[in-house]
Amino acid sequence: MARAAHLGPRARPSFARVPAGLLVWAAIVCLVMAIPLAYILLRVAESDAGTWDLILRDRTVWLALRSIGLVAAVTAGAIGLGVPLAWLTVRTDMPLRKVWAVLVALPLVIPSYVGAFALISAFGPSGMLNRVTGIEGLPTIGGFAGSFAALTLFTYPYVYLIVAAGVRGLDPSLEEAARGLGRSRLSTFTGVTIPLLRPFIASGGLLVALYTLHDFGAVSLMRFPVFTQAIYLQYRGAFDRTPAAVLSLMLVCLALVILVMEVRARGRARYHRVGSGTAKIAGRIHLGPWRWAAFAACLLITLIAFVGPVATIAFWLARGAARGGEVRLTWAAAGASMGISALGASVALVAALPIALLTARYGSKAASFARYVSYSGYALPGIVVALGFVFFASNYASWIYQSIPLVVLAYVVLFLPQASEPLQSSLLQVGPRIAEAGRALGSGRRRVFVRLEAPLISRGALAAWALVFLTAMKELPATLLLRPTGFETLATRIWTGATAGLYSKAAGPALILLAICAIPLYVLARRVEARDLEVRVEK
Amino acid sequence: MTRTLWTRTAAAAAALLLLAACGADEPAAETTGADPAEEQTLTVYSGREEELVADLFEQFETDTGIELDVRYGDSAELAATILEEGDSSPADVFFSQDAGSLGAVAQEGLFQELDADVLERVDERFRSPDGLWVGTSGRGRVAAYNTDLIDEGDLPDSIVDFTDPQWKGRIGFPPTNSSFQAFVAAMIELEGEDATRDFLEGLKANDPKLYEDNSSTVRGIAAEEIEVGFVNHYYIYEVAAEDGEIPVANHFFTGGDPGALVNAAGVGVLASSDATDAAREFVDYLTGDEGQTYFAEDTFEYPVAPGVEPGEDLVPLDEIESPDVDLSDLGATIEPALELLAEVGLL
Repeated sequence: MARAAHLGPRARPSFARVPAGLLVWAAIVCLVMAIPLAYILLRVAESDAGTWDLILRDRTVWLALRSIGLVAAVTAGAIGLGVPLAWLTVRTDMPLRKVWAVLVALPLVIPSYVGAFALISAFGPSGMLNRVTGIEGLPTIGGFAGSFAALTLFTYPYVYLIVAAGVRGLDPSLEEAARGLGRSRLSTFTGVTIPLLRPFIASGGLLVALYTLHDFGAVSLMRFPVFTQAIYLQYRGAFDRTPAAVLSLMLVCLALVILVMEVRARGRARYHRVGSGTAKIAGRIHLGPWRWAAFAACLLITLIAFVGPVATIAFWLARGAARGGEVRLTWAAAGASMGISALGASVALVAALPIALLTARYGSKAASFARYVSYSGYALPGIVVALGFVFFASNYASWIYQSIPLVVLAYVVLFLPQASEPLQSSLLQVGPRIAEAGRALGSGRRRVFVRLEAPLISRGALAAWALVFLTAMKELPATLLLRPTGFETLATRIWTGATAGLYSKAAGPALILLAICAIPLYVLARRVEARDLEVRVEK
Repeated sequence: MTRTLWTRTAAAAAALLLLAACGADEPAAETTGADPAEEQTLTVYSGREEELVADLFEQFETDTGIELDVRYGDSAELAATILEEGDSSPADVFFSQDAGSLGAVAQEGLFQELDADVLERVDERFRSPDGLWVGTSGRGRVAAYNTDLIDEGDLPDSIVDFTDPQWKGRIGFPPTNSSFQAFVAAMIELEGEDATRDFLEGLKANDPKLYEDNSSTVRGIAAEEIEVGFVNHYYIYEVAAEDGEIPVANHFFTGGDPGALVNAAGVGVLASSDATDAAREFVDYLTGDEGQTYFAEDTFEYPVAPGVEPGEDLVPLDEIESPDVDLSDLGATIEPALELLAEVGLL
């Protein structure tokens, strides 16, 4: 048991030499990922002293500080919700565990601006709660608290989904050892389980932090000005791209700081088995009377973060229909949304693999560089990335401009971290020893990856695919600017209705969007359960 | 298990390559097959909402035989797109919700000059002084009020009077809406930044309810959440069309008050267009009788060319005592307006 110490002080990369093919693959990915960054730098180069005067003001600093505060709070909140939920739904005997496993992931399908809107309609000034109870002076939602609530509730599923994959892959022998040595259940959870999950928590936290950094919709609805507002003011008010680019570059720098912090949080520990034998199947942990407290917590979260927004949308639809408005069911747009999001997710997976492999297996300088470059797109507001693509494609690659492949490419640039983070965490959990064994037995590197490693990380790959798919389904700014003329997705349909102030017209496509997004989430949860069964039957 | 996973991945990759190939072919086919009939397709970037103008576009296609390829988007974002595309823009025409976006494109020299007879049709207030874009319809700023709660006689002549404490908790507006922001810009032009700051701070002190857009503001008035809201004049008709009759009416400010600003939606032809004739025909159509009648009757806006009467409920355009500001100057003042709104904490 002592030899099976997972938390060795340092993990040494096993194949010191990085295969050339992998480097070339990663280099190609980085080149594409650098498009928005190149665009920003190009515009920054046009700046003069006046631009910098405009930007280096107290207000900019003030907005940056607010952004940092919000990012820290939301990340902490999402981890605080996501990690316990992952553990409860995977490892305990909470009632209806398998149902909750799907339900608590569902808030992910709610676009954060729709979620914020629903929160305001329910809890805002003269919201439903206020009107129903008729109590004056009830605390209302808005500002920092509102932004924090909205962003936490609609981003914690990133942490939940990634950590749940980690909990499922966890070898319970260490926890059992700790329990056997007299540690309490709580101290086992905080002292053993949490540290073992560090790479997963760090990955999920990173996705939440960067999402919060670039979000504009939720904070704008909650009237909490942050850094992205400064960027939008430049585009909307001044039509000046240079200050917007300088501000975007500052946002990328903030993202860089977050990435460095994430690498630190992840630590250099080892998370795979190094002893002999294979991981055990984890038994269920009995919660006793606490199982009902856990049940109630899941219920409350699902009600606020999923049922509430869905009910709000359904109400708009019903109101529109009751007034005789035509309810448009946009099946063609639904097909288009699914097709292009599936393409985006698949390409993102292919693009993320070299980044994840470099980071998890080789830990080289090239790996950190690849990671920093490839994550810049995710840290930027969609409009900045979209305009970067407009500039390069229209002027230098007009054959691809306003075409489906360009939208797919933009999705990959926007969402790559959502694919590479789950992959990377899975790779860390599998560890390099299995591959080494395969190599020692005479198999080529590629064969080892395809036959041994790929099946082991397939759970992470599935999570990666689903995350990008779901986020792409909701994407608006890049789709709007880069799509072929006349190409409609559900998100563009929702936008068309909402900009005209016709919520009943936006509600139809919004509900279809939610229904479609629920499917991959359901499959994700079911597949994992099926896998557990398989193993149990073998036993 | 393993095999199926990889077969699937391979299949997905193959499908993607195929699609990429098709995608690459499409635009190429368009450029090579440039026969005369193909030239009759016009690419329109429309910052005006599909709900408002799709019918008009259809009517244009039927009347002229020119086919339209319309890309809808947000006016400011489409302007930014055109600026990035530069001379390679696929757009022939930019149809914008507001004068500011048109001004940004005009300033970069990406519009071509319009025909004098088209320009002269339109009131001087609603076109570019250099003839680079022309207004198509006008939108008046108003104070919409709940007729069950307030008599019009109790409403002030100037929007500035709403800073009076008697309006505390009774007013609302959509600060993120570009028409509201244009009004703030107009106030800066007319009365300077300090007076505008005082006004905004006074409004804020009255605890206004902030809405997402014009129509939700009107709905808020109808639902008695607020009594008065600052919106564009046609939203009460639009909301009534969707929600049924509502007890909301428009009040126009007088005496050249900035609160009575009349803004214009407008159109310009890109200098890089390769379908200039069709593009000019499009502009001619929008500013001609057909287009003007459509705006008057279907979108409840103000026609900007003489000869077409506004909808029957509307105060005629020349009776609105709108402030004396140049719309094309307004574009440059939007940014200070946004800064001010952000500074006061209304954005």
